Amino acid sequence: MTFIAKPRLHHPSLVKNKAGFTRRDYEGAVSTLCAGCGHDSISAAIIQACYELDILPHQVAKLSGIGCSSKAPTYFVGASHGFNTVHGRMPSVMTGANLANKNLIYMGVSGDGDSASIGLGQFAHIMRRGVNMTYIVMNNGVYGLTKGQFSATADKGSISKKGVANADASIDMVSMAILMGATFVGRSFSGDKHQLVPLIKAAMAHKGAAFLDVISPCVAFNNHAGSTKSYEYVREHNEALNRLDFIEGREEITADYAPGTATTVRQHDGSILRLRKLGEEYDPSDKIAAMKRVQEGLASGEVVTGLLYVDPSPVDLHANLNTVDAPLNTLQTGDLCPGPQALERINASLR
Amino acid sequence: MPPTITAVNDFVVKFANVNGSGSASANELFARSILRMGVPVSPRNIFPSNIQGLPTWYEVRVTEKGYLGRRGGVDLMVAMNPQTWAQDVKEIEPGGYLFYDSTKPLPSSAFREDVNVIGVPLTAICNATYTDARQRQLFKNIIYVGALSVLLDIDAKEIERLFGEQYKGKEKLLDSNVKALNLGRDWATQHLDPGAVKLKVRRADNVGNRIFVEGNNAAALGAVYGGATVCAWYPITPSSSLAEAFANHCKRLRHDKGTGKAKYAIVQAEDELASIGMVIGAAWNGARAFTATSGPGISLMTEFIGLAYFAEVPAVIVNVQRGGPSTGMPTRTQQSDLLSCAYASNGDTKHVLLFPEDPKECFEFTAEALDLADRLQTPIFVMTDLDIGMNHRLCQPFQWDEKRAFDRGKVMTAEDLEAGKTFGRYLDVDGDGIPFRTYPGTHPTKGSFFTRGTTKDEYARYSEQGPVYVRNMERLQRKFATAAKIAPQPQRYSSPKATRYGVIYFGSTSPAMDEALDHLEADGNHVNALRVRSFPFSQVVEDFIHEHDRVFVIEQNRDGQLRSMLMNEFTLDARKLVPVLHYDGTPITARFIAADIAKKLGQLKVVPFDKAAS
Repeated sequence: MTFIAKPRLHHPSLVKNKAGFTRRDYEGAVSTLCAGCGHDSISAAIIQACYELDILPHQVAKLSGIGCSSKAPTYFVGASHGFNTVHGRMPSVMTGANLANKNLIYMGVSGDGDSASIGLGQFAHIMRRGVNMTYIVMNNGVYGLTKGQFSATADKGSISKKGVANADASIDMVSMAILMGATFVGRSFSGDKHQLVPLIKAAMAHKGAAFLDVISPCVAFNNHAGSTKSYEYVREHNEALNRLDFIEGREEITADYAPGTATTVRQHDGSILRLRKLGEEYDPSDKIAAMKRVQEGLASGEVVTGLLYVDPSPVDLHANLNTVDAPLNTLQTGDLCPGPQALERINASLR
Repeated sequence: MPPTITAVNDFVVKFANVNGSGSASANELFARSILRMGVPVSPRNIFPSNIQGLPTWYEVRVTEKGYLGRRGGVDLMVAMNPQTWAQDVKEIEPGGYLFYDSTKPLPSSAFREDVNVIGVPLTAICNATYTDARQRQLFKNIIYVGALSVLLDIDAKEIERLFGEQYKGKEKLLDSNVKALNLGRDWATQHLDPGAVKLKVRRADNVGNRIFVEGNNAAALGAVYGGATVCAWYPITPSSSLAEAFANHCKRLRHDKGTGKAKYAIVQAEDELASIGMVIGAAWNGARAFTATSGPGISLMTEFIGLAYFAEVPAVIVNVQRGGPSTGMPTRTQQSDLLSCAYASNGDTKHVLLFPEDPKECFEFTAEALDLADRLQTPIFVMTDLDIGMNHRLCQPFQWDEKRAFDRGKVMTAEDLEAGKTFGRYLDVDGDGIPFRTYPGTHPTKGSFFTRGTTKDEYARYSEQGPVYVRNMERLQRKFATAAKIAPQPQRYSSPKATRYGVIYFGSTSPAMDEALDHLEADGNHVNALRVRSFPFSQVVEDFIHEHDRVFVIEQNRDGQLRSMLMNEFTLDARKLVPVLHYDGTPITARFIAADIAKKLGQLKVVPFDKAAS
């Protein structure tokens, strides 16, 4: 694998967003993943979301574990810092990074091996701590870099490329995230950009633990008949519960919906989630109902997608720890060191 | 009549108790009251992996000379635990004393002829005074402190003063404790011969302005003074009290006066993998972060420690060492994680270790470790142990220079980048092996980079090229050489007479070694001594070894781990380094060190052939 930098020159006619950046300013290096890999579509959706949100690229911190998906942060928002950590342990590193500077935007990228197998413990705990972040699992049900072993999200009974049926029960990341206390949980499909981009934008605006499970077919090892994570299977079984329009607080609401066809959720930061109904009644702020609906989908073989659960007023880790407003990494000696007089008092108390 | 040990300000009292019975605070009170009389004491907890019902001991060495190591042997046993009675009685030195609860008569076979027995009917006194079962239990401890204070000539005023400080504003508790103390004192005065115990405390002036503190508490304070803002930890004996002490110090010292908000974040992680991951994430993002753990925690952290080494992320790990895995011996002390820390992780890795000798150095080295981690951009281990960490130790007061500012190391700022300074994340610009780094979010277009483990060039670009990898590894080697120069340097103690023999020691062995040197010198066994305070070793260490024919390496582990590291890092004749090893879980003693060195010196002092022939 080589590092391929993209040319920095941009066409002058490219449209700039409110922050003064073109879409290309949110790109990263050229992807070295397989042609047709779902992960590249997700990277493209992240780029689109960041561009549309007018984010300053260097205000994003990208963290990943190990695996194909964890290589992806190299391929988006190249002007930001990234950290390719160790397998399954990205959540703890992201938690620490978030503690150090509450003002950056944290984007964790992981895979199903990284988050559901080796890293399931850390996945659970970052959700229950309410770290303010967007955590995306690029879920293909298979280990790509080590050539095609089942991961823990592979459905029971699904068939590997070598023809072996998976005997173990699968772990549903969405159910896990809701159960563990994530306050924004969605599922999407790498092949459905129209659904995915608004979900990423809403997740990034969410001031708490936001989790997106994105089914992302592996063209090399898991895109055959018998797989439940192939393009064909997911397209056939995708059951979208809603269609999300993400509206930033400062934007004027222009879209009109017929009564009864849309639900509005206002997040704590002022952003508005406008959910267009697609058939059945579904209230994503009802946690119990969300868990029930997700379980029904699993039982019937549907891939239930959309915004599945949201608590619009989450309390994040920093709020729980009551930390000062300034990022901890900006505090200096004078802010932190109590000095010699205080030490003399401590000495006196120890005699 | 049995023989009797007679001593003033120089004896060992051991309390044998049942844990969970409230004895710990009474025993500490006993030790502190002697300290307040100006006589140094050195107490040690010996406790099981248990909360209630198992044997626990508290050993107090009273030492006017200020020898703070464990002495070995017991002059007065306060035997409050029937479970361990036989073992406890056996441990008393001939001519020593046995203090026990005489409420129930014991057969003469329970005692020893060469030991003086002092019975006080503690249970009977309690039952006659208190009706509540918990009070009976708790005050029994204070009653024996009262009786002992009469027998040993401890000034009751000092004990009452300690009560006054402890129960300030809680007058009811103060009164009931003073009452219990006097119950014990009165009974002893009325029923016992004041000369029954010939171990006496006499007021002295040998404590000075020293402080009495546990190493874990001191290290936690060092983390506050050193500017740690993130602490991630997982409970494990004997390090848990360090993180808890950090929380307590922060509550008092680290809240914004205006808003009341916290200038720190403490997370109790789900395991040690997560705690070190959080430390690394926080430090990568520019905060000072640390964790406290013990051996098994280090084992779990090992993969991350390697990542931090290669990715060059600061981290401070306080390892309060204990006796290995699982439960039981792990609540005993050892110095047995040197190798697992020095060379932790996969690939070619080595790490900086600091070896504090007492709580004072726990404070200093933890603060220093935060500076070193930022300066060297690598994990720094503070290698304490249970003996220093969980026992009160008399030491010099903490000091802090008003003008001292944190050394944040080589960090490129937005202004530097704007001014056009070349930024290569892994570029050695001045030969010390340390590159510049940037914190995430520094500049809109300059200075960002992708952090990886091994696979990158000087500008943090992905590269799997062999020569690029080798260049990076050689730079890390240069950085390690820089570490040897800036980490705490060894301290040398020279014998008054020239000698061919030396000793090398480190960490909690210090007080026992100081005393052993006096014993050796008194016996005409002259040795020079070097206390190693950090790894990588300074050149001074190699020079010291070359100056001597034989060097004894004193360690509290089985495998001579420091000796292995010396052999590994220097080119030496293996026969030159003679191991002196103590690893039964008890702290090493001067008696052990002096005896073992004297024995080995005896074997070595073979008269040369030419002299024998002439």
